[in-house]
Amino acid sequence: MAWQDDWRRVRAIARKDVTTELRAKAGFNSVASLGVTILVLLGLALGPDAEALRNAAVGAVWLATLFSGVLAFNRSFQVELESGALEPLLLYPGPRWTIFAGKLLGNLIFLTLMVAIVVPAGVVLFGVQIPARWPSLLGVLALGVVGLVVLGTFYASMASRSRAREVLLPLLLFPMLVPVLLAATTASKALLGADVMHEAGAWIRLLVAYDLVFLTATFIAFEHVIEA
Amino acid sequence: MSLKREGKLTSSTDHLRDTQAARPPRTSNWLAFVSFAAVIAAQAYAILTSPADADMGHLQKIMYVHVPAAWMTFLSFFVVLVFSVRYLWRRQENDDLIAASAAEVGATFNGLTLMLGMIWGRPAWGVWWVWDARLTSTLVLFLIFVGYLALRAFTEDAQQKAQWSAAVGAIGALNVPIVYMSVKWWRTLHQPPSSPETLDPAYTLGLRINAIAMLLVLIYFIRRRYEIARLERAVEHMAEAAAMGGG
Repeated sequence: MAWQDDWRRVRAIARKDVTTELRAKAGFNSVASLGVTILVLLGLALGPDAEALRNAAVGAVWLATLFSGVLAFNRSFQVELESGALEPLLLYPGPRWTIFAGKLLGNLIFLTLMVAIVVPAGVVLFGVQIPARWPSLLGVLALGVVGLVVLGTFYASMASRSRAREVLLPLLLFPMLVPVLLAATTASKALLGADVMHEAGAWIRLLVAYDLVFLTATFIAFEHVIEA
Repeated sequence: MSLKREGKLTSSTDHLRDTQAARPPRTSNWLAFVSFAAVIAAQAYAILTSPADADMGHLQKIMYVHVPAAWMTFLSFFVVLVFSVRYLWRRQENDDLIAASAAEVGATFNGLTLMLGMIWGRPAWGVWWVWDARLTSTLVLFLIFVGYLALRAFTEDAQQKAQWSAAVGAIGALNVPIVYMSVKWWRTLHQPPSSPETLDPAYTLGLRINAIAMLLVLIYFIRRRYEIARLERAVEHMAEAAAMGGG
């Protein structure tokens, strides 16, 4: 079965990336530590008023996730580029999109682990009260992370091979993520409060639509990007 | 061309003479003359005929540059989208160069729109900036295409540059309506929505002819930038050929 072969390729690439990260650990530890450091700095810059911090919590957590997460995406291609392993990977039989899907899955696991550290740190540092509707908050977080990882992986496949990759990736990625940032922060704020205007649902639908649109677009565009 | 007088280059350009890239495109100045004359005439007409606005007075005149510039911004990014997709489809160098030229000109008009908007906003609203849906999404659009131009600047290989920027241009343009919608929701759900702009018939003709004049400028700019890009490519091809054949 063709799709089973493709799925095996996707898993193999994701497993390779995750294993490399787990063996080295240095990459993950430093990226996650950076996320927490940004939270501390934002707390110092916006504090010490507890009420002000609580209001800024959602935005702070998302900014910390964006700024530290962006470092993870370049890494996922850099490891292969440094050892000249990207060309052999491209020469393997099978469709190219499986490489993108594998990288995507690997980055998704990486970012999920990172968010599992950054979000609790934000909850503690900014004094957020966990509402009864916390599963929906996790859903918003997951949808936002998917949007971030899809575009982050796609742009990193170019930026990591250009000059000035450190600055190019955030420059390309962050303006594209404006809808994700707005939707995720507004929906989270609504869910943390009373959501009197029932706006969270609309924002969640926007996040789902964004994820689907760019998942499709990047899968189509990746073939053109990776062969160059 | 002084380069041609050197013996090495002359021999190596002979076999390139047939290729499209080696032939410098013909430039013409009539479009420059017509488009700038049209802008002067259209501005003069609009400024002389339109009455002073009830609230804003003669401040309203800035509309005749600001609004057409905004339209030209969106039009040029639509050109980027079309030619990026066409490049990915047919892989012809010219499509890439047209998309890049339109992106550069579009970013210029985009910057102009933002600047004029702020100059207008300061006396009209009392502030330089408001986080309104149109303003914010125009700014985000500007940032997206700054990224596009940075990607081109940081990529050496011509084919990489073309394929990557085509993908980034198409995906960036795809995001424009989503950005606009999300900023609009973000605003309307939290602050009272700004009232829709209704334009008095006394101003519409002036605005329309200014838009046409600005369109001519846009076409002239993109065409001129495209000609320069073609010349740059021709020089690159010649230098490559000289290095391969003459060295």
